[in-house]
Amino acid sequence: MPAKTKFEVKPGPATREAFGRTLAELGRENKDIVVCDADLSKSTMTTYFATEFPERFVSCGIAESNMTAIAAGLALAGKIPVVASFSAFMMNKGFEQLRCLVAYPKLNVKVVGTHSGISLGEDGPSQMSVEETALACALAGFVVISPADEISCKALFRAAMALKGPIFLRTGRPKAPVIYRAGQAFEIGKAVEVAPGTDVTIITNGLLVAQAMLAADTLESEGVAARVLDMHTVKPLDREAIRRAAAETGAIVVAEEHLVDSGLGVRVAQVVGETAPCPMEFVGIHDTYAESGQTDELLDKYGLVARDVAAAVRKVLARKRS
Amino acid sequence: MSRSIEELQVIAKRIRREIVEMIGAAKSGHPGGSLSAVEIVVELYFNHMKIDPKNPQWPDRDRFILSKGHAAPVLYAAMAEAGYPDTPIDKLNTLRTLGSIYQGHPDMRFIPSLEASTGSLGEGLSLGIGLGFAARLDGRPSRTFVMMGDGEIQEGQIWEAAMAAPFHKLDNLVAIVDYNGIQLDGFVKDIMEVAPLAEKWRAFGWHTLEIDGHDPRAVRLAFEEAAITKGKPTCIVAHTVKGKGVSFMENNPKFHGVAPTPAEVALALKELQ
Repeated sequence: MPAKTKFEVKPGPATREAFGRTLAELGRENKDIVVCDADLSKSTMTTYFATEFPERFVSCGIAESNMTAIAAGLALAGKIPVVASFSAFMMNKGFEQLRCLVAYPKLNVKVVGTHSGISLGEDGPSQMSVEETALACALAGFVVISPADEISCKALFRAAMALKGPIFLRTGRPKAPVIYRAGQAFEIGKAVEVAPGTDVTIITNGLLVAQAMLAADTLESEGVAARVLDMHTVKPLDREAIRRAAAETGAIVVAEEHLVDSGLGVRVAQVVGETAPCPMEFVGIHDTYAESGQTDELLDKYGLVARDVAAAVRKVLARKRS
Repeated sequence: MSRSIEELQVIAKRIRREIVEMIGAAKSGHPGGSLSAVEIVVELYFNHMKIDPKNPQWPDRDRFILSKGHAAPVLYAAMAEAGYPDTPIDKLNTLRTLGSIYQGHPDMRFIPSLEASTGSLGEGLSLGIGLGFAARLDGRPSRTFVMMGDGEIQEGQIWEAAMAAPFHKLDNLVAIVDYNGIQLDGFVKDIMEVAPLAEKWRAFGWHTLEIDGHDPRAVRLAFEEAAITKGKPTCIVAHTVKGKGVSFMENNPKFHGVAPTPAEVALALKELQ
């Protein structure tokens, strides 16, 4: 096996920053884009759009339900509304309106959650989101995207804005480790193989892609070739990539910054069960809420670092062999 | 589409008959809150709103959002009478049956001419804000009318929207509260008092009018006043009678959400001759 280049963690811009910059660019290209924000524009980074296009920015105050429904009204009038807030508030406080006013009539509303997962850090569990992917996937007809870094976030958000229909983009607060080089192609619903391998597959997205890459390097030194798939689109899943991973590597670990009960892992398991059943292990948040702390401390304490991914791989490989 | 008050009264009576008949045929539905809204809906669809039922997607049209979506029968009957291509009058009595376009609550998937799918209470006024904002952004003359129930405004989102519309100076938005005093469990004052109503809307910054919602002249004047009110949205608090027009339904909480029996339908239709 040829020696791979070791993955090095190089912090890049946060995915929320990539979203905000891309939104302002798109605002220049399309006059129909209108942005709604609930007093968090300086954190969600819709501030770049708001500063450039104040007439197309709807300040909604701290009222996410009303904001989401206003966006639905804008879509009914033919606009392309983008609503943004912390994932926790966007999905939990806006969910009823997302269900009845966006998903059910299938309106072209673009929903963006920032500060997703527990990696937002010091603010603690009331601001954290460990269930946004589950909620977004429970909305019929939604496309759900969880990019890993700046380059993938920009490309996938652009692609999502070009779709007709509702989407949820999951972004994060902290600096996101660089995964991709400029020019990398992305397609909604198509996983990216970020590391090749034949012994086991790690399926992941968001911040955990970097941890999976680090884990793959550790495993390589143990003689294990781990394939790593960036499953940036959680809905619709890349069923073919999952089927191939299950059939070709015979063992799968899913790693995500989300409750393991209801996120990417269970969705992947459904496809594995339907196509090529194999042993699986799951890295994620286990039936709890986190606490205040720095991003790295939290990921470490709650079992979301390379060490945990590698441990899950060893476990799944033991099951594969038995 | 200017029409005389007398013409509207004839249409209103026909719509009341259709409401009773279709809910009777469905054996379920909400007659009380459909009947209380008739004069307002008729003034909008047959006189006040700039609409072209033959061209329902005309971009400059006025729009009506039935936020109290359970009163769907009054909307279906009005749209059918107005001649929208996707609301056939001879299908009204399929209300609430499998495969019918006349769903229990308004559903755009079945009737594209509807301006919104509604039914979960408390949400329509916010839709109106989005529509009003978009019309102003595009420089269109379109205006949006949102009808809410008095029980419905117990929902918190209504007051988020009530705060937001005057803040954004949406004078192309008109809210109507069908103040019939009854909700599913009983009288509004006994479930969760909403009074004083006009004072609340005024305090939130709305140009607020109080009218008898069954007096067609008062209804017409109120919408005319809303049309010339600039710089702020208008709220029309319309005092109405639940079940209006059918003696045994009037002011009777039972008929919020219970269909009349065949005998009651016959009796009601006799009263509505």
